[in-house]
Amino acid sequence: MTAPTTSAAKAARTYHLAEGEDHDHAGGNGATLLGFWIYLMSDALIFAALFATFGVLNSSYAGGPVPREIFELPLVALNTALLLISSITFGFAMLEMEAGRISGTRSWLLVTALFGAGFLGIEIYEFSSLIAEGATPQRSAFLSAFFTLVGTHGLHVFFGLIWIATMLAQIGQRGLGLDNKRRLMCLSMFWHFLDIIWIGVFTFVYLFGVLR
Amino acid sequence: MSTTQLAGPHAPELHGHGDTHGHGTRRGYVIGFLLSVVLTAIPFWLVMTETLFSTPATAVAIFACALLQIVVHVVYFLHLNTRSEGGWTLIAFIFTVVIVGITIGGSIWVMYHLNTNMMPMMPSMGSR
Repeated sequence: MTAPTTSAAKAARTYHLAEGEDHDHAGGNGATLLGFWIYLMSDALIFAALFATFGVLNSSYAGGPVPREIFELPLVALNTALLLISSITFGFAMLEMEAGRISGTRSWLLVTALFGAGFLGIEIYEFSSLIAEGATPQRSAFLSAFFTLVGTHGLHVFFGLIWIATMLAQIGQRGLGLDNKRRLMCLSMFWHFLDIIWIGVFTFVYLFGVLR
Repeated sequence: MSTTQLAGPHAPELHGHGDTHGHGTRRGYVIGFLLSVVLTAIPFWLVMTETLFSTPATAVAIFACALLQIVVHVVYFLHLNTRSEGGWTLIAFIFTVVIVGITIGGSIWVMYHLNTNMMPMMPSMGSR
């Protein structure tokens, strides 16, 4: 049982290296990128469960505040703009990476991180003012579902920021080697994925909430 | 097994290997960004001005904008196409879309009917 598994793994690894020589510029990262894509898809399922929960509970106000009273659309629009801009600045960082320009990559990554931090700062401000108004997660099922869904997205952005900071340091120390390129490509997918989730959040949570 | 599957699309990519393979171009990112800006501005404008449509029409419009923008992001930012990783990213994506649809749509459908078929309750109880 063990022997065939080992030889299969060995064969896969051999192919993996061969692919690296002529397939991608970054080299040998097809399997990693596919694996990371599968992770993103499973993360999408987590968000699907949270969206479904919110969809079921989004009118269970328990006599508490309703979306129209507590959501500030201008603030949400600003947040959306920040995250969208951070998506294209990350794209520019990837273009600089492919051109092999270390300082350009780091600059655009830094810009991305600043926009991401701005997004997170506004979200924390929004959460704290909601809680100060008494719209806490304990108030109603609607608010529980709201804080869980939006908070989980915010947590992802937070970890994305940590990852960007890590990559800034990594690139600073070791340049744009194959490893760092592969990591940046995964981080790029992660960051764009978070923006896609945010499309769902601002549409189904905020806009539909105010519309209702 | 996996070697055969991955090796299939591998060969053609050797020839068509341009600057853009599997990655974005500046033009692609800018097009994606501009489309996203439009598809974000329209729903916010519709909801914040509340002038143009009736509520159901607005709901349909912003739902359509969201779906379109998700497609724009997946194509222009995540560079999903039929060729990347031998099509497996696309297969995984389609699978995920189906599951997400079943999860969200199914939950809302089932729970809506569960709520409407329940015995009448006091408004304060029913809203919990």
